[in-house]
Amino acid sequence: MATVSVRQAKKVFGSTKILHGVDVEIADGEFVVLVGPSGCGKSTLLRMIAGLENISGGEIAIGGRVVNNVPPKDRDIAMVFQNYALYPHMTVRENMAFSMKLAKAPADVMEEEVKRAAKILGLDALLDRYPRQLSGGQRQRVAMGRAIVRHPQVFLFDEPLSNLDAKLRVQMRSEIKELQQRLATTTIYVTHDQIEAMTMADQIVVMNGGRIEQAGAPLALYDRPANLFVAGFIGSPAMNLLPGRVADGGFRTDGGALLPLPPGANAQAATYGIRPEHLMLADDGVEGTIVLVEPTGSETQVTLRIGETQIIGAFRERVQGRPGDLLRVAPDLSLVHLFGPDGNRLP
Amino acid sequence: MSATTAPVWTKTRQQPGALARLFDNKAFLIIVCLAPAVGLLMTFLTYPLGLGIWLAFTDTTIGRPGIWVGIENFEFLMEDPIFLNSVFYSVFYTAVATFGKFGLGLWLALLLNQHLPMKSLLRAIILLPWIVPTVLSAIAFWWIYDPQFSIISYLSMKMGLTEGPIDFINTAWPARWSLIFANIWRGIPFVAISLLAGLQTISPSLYEAALLDGATPWQRFRHITFPMLMPILAIVMTFSIIFTFTDFQLVYAITRGGPVNSTHLMATLAFQRGIPGGQLGEGAAIAVAMIPFLVFATLFSYFGLARRKWQQGESND
Ligand SMILES: Nc1ncnc2c1ncn2[C@@H]1O[C@H](COP(=O)(O)OP(=O)(O)O)[C@@H](O)[C@H]1O
Ligand SMILES: [Mg+2]
Repeated sequence: MATVSVRQAKKVFGSTKILHGVDVEIADGEFVVLVGPSGCGKSTLLRMIAGLENISGGEIAIGGRVVNNVPPKDRDIAMVFQNYALYPHMTVRENMAFSMKLAKAPADVMEEEVKRAAKILGLDALLDRYPRQLSGGQRQRVAMGRAIVRHPQVFLFDEPLSNLDAKLRVQMRSEIKELQQRLATTTIYVTHDQIEAMTMADQIVVMNGGRIEQAGAPLALYDRPANLFVAGFIGSPAMNLLPGRVADGGFRTDGGALLPLPPGANAQAATYGIRPEHLMLADDGVEGTIVLVEPTGSETQVTLRIGETQIIGAFRERVQGRPGDLLRVAPDLSLVHLFGPDGNRLP
Repeated sequence: MSATTAPVWTKTRQQPGALARLFDNKAFLIIVCLAPAVGLLMTFLTYPLGLGIWLAFTDTTIGRPGIWVGIENFEFLMEDPIFLNSVFYSVFYTAVATFGKFGLGLWLALLLNQHLPMKSLLRAIILLPWIVPTVLSAIAFWWIYDPQFSIISYLSMKMGLTEGPIDFINTAWPARWSLIFANIWRGIPFVAISLLAGLQTISPSLYEAALLDGATPWQRFRHITFPMLMPILAIVMTFSIIFTFTDFQLVYAITRGGPVNSTHLMATLAFQRGIPGGQLGEGAAIAVAMIPFLVFATLFSYFGLARRKWQQGESND
């Protein structure tokens, strides 16, 4: 177990800058999720921590030791790859024991470790199978087993669930989280799925275009997104972000809708943000035309048009309207987010 | 609208014509579809092979149809030192040349699989010996090995390494080694390019996983590259062994089996006895004697391949 510090890490491929100076501080035993759209440099950062990519600038320290020039095998980390990277010509047992075999561990120690990991992961009955003979979820578990037997300081995961079907993904998500809590090993987990990030992380690091947009606890990011990118990225369905300006005693969107502002709102506001779940049905609310009603059972998502502005609401109540009907909604004023012209959150 | 006038249309089941029924007949279709392939195979593969085997048991010579003599040809060959020598040299030639081709070919393939500058140009150059027609390269080697005009002899004399011309193909053992060298030179591209294709199917993340597991470069080769390459290696090796064992052009063009029959392969000897020598039956018997060796090589590959359990699905649990 160890802390991980990334200080001003830069990465350049040829003449393309991929990471522009990234800072991340990870506490001992913490579960950190790097999240961001595809191509933002998450895997690159993870591979730099693993030692699979060299570091073009800045510093990475694991357990207080700068590892910029330490080869991967001496960094005391274990990685689970997106495609699992299981050795196809080795059985599950051999796959898990491979690192110990290379380190010339005694046979009984190897067997013990493999048995222990197999028990934790429920792989006992599969030890003599080849990867080909396993299902996706089982392969995923073997990949984790290979990491566990090494008792590393840090676990690294690169989109480990993206090859699984939706149901298995949810199941493995809680299994990984549970395992991490049991082992209390520092973990860095890369995903592009913000729901995975929200449900698993102690700390979320939101990346975009090779920079960090915001880092913090999941609910802190949900409650107080630092900028438009984080506001739009975290939360599902996504926050309504409506450009406009403060005028006429409220916020006038570019589409012409007039929305109420909380008292003392900053007059510089250029974007009005309200999460769908923070809109309420209210008889004295703003009137809009229903475009689409999507009931999910537990709640109803409604797309409304107010002037030229489209806005999505999610209501616990069952909305009976049909497209074309009128509906009145009001935002919860304490949960309105305002952003300045530069895209950053206004205090 | 009254109910009685409503037109009722029922699809009548038409009885298919005789021809259509014939083409629906599975047995007929199988015969029709297989006939061309079977015909071609019979004409161009089975017939010559059968004829060859039949000739091996006769005393046919050119211009005289022979009579059945049983295994007399083989009995004679077993006592024939030239034939026995050709068997020895065929096996030796195949073993040493295969070893050389695979050693160097694998090395080249590993090299070409790295990030090298001008990689595609290098790959094209590697293929050259294979593209050139064998007879052409054989003539080139003949020239290189020539007692008087050899470029190598010339250079080594110039540099003072040797007093006189080097003896490449004038005595038995130098000739044997020279031919093996030419065969290796010619065979490397096939091996290198095939193995390179095999190397490129190995996922880079396996190497990364092994790197994190603490494997040294040698251990990565030994535990990842080599086992993953085995299936392709086995196939390429089988083909290479068959081609080398049945080699004819190089030897015939460079030494014609000489000096004093010391470099005859079974294939060149069979030709020598059968066509210029006129002893068709005996030549055929030599050729037939090659079959057990080739069958052995094929079985080697078959079992070499079938053993790899990890490639197959759940069936062999
Ligand atoms: N080996 C490489 N050479 C050049 N560009 C690369 C290389 N690896 C990744 N990139 C680029 O770096 C960017 C970030 O990639 P990556 O870290 O894989 O993104 P992701 O956040 O989806 O994991 C992408 O634009 C990708 O094209
Ligand atoms: Mg990635």
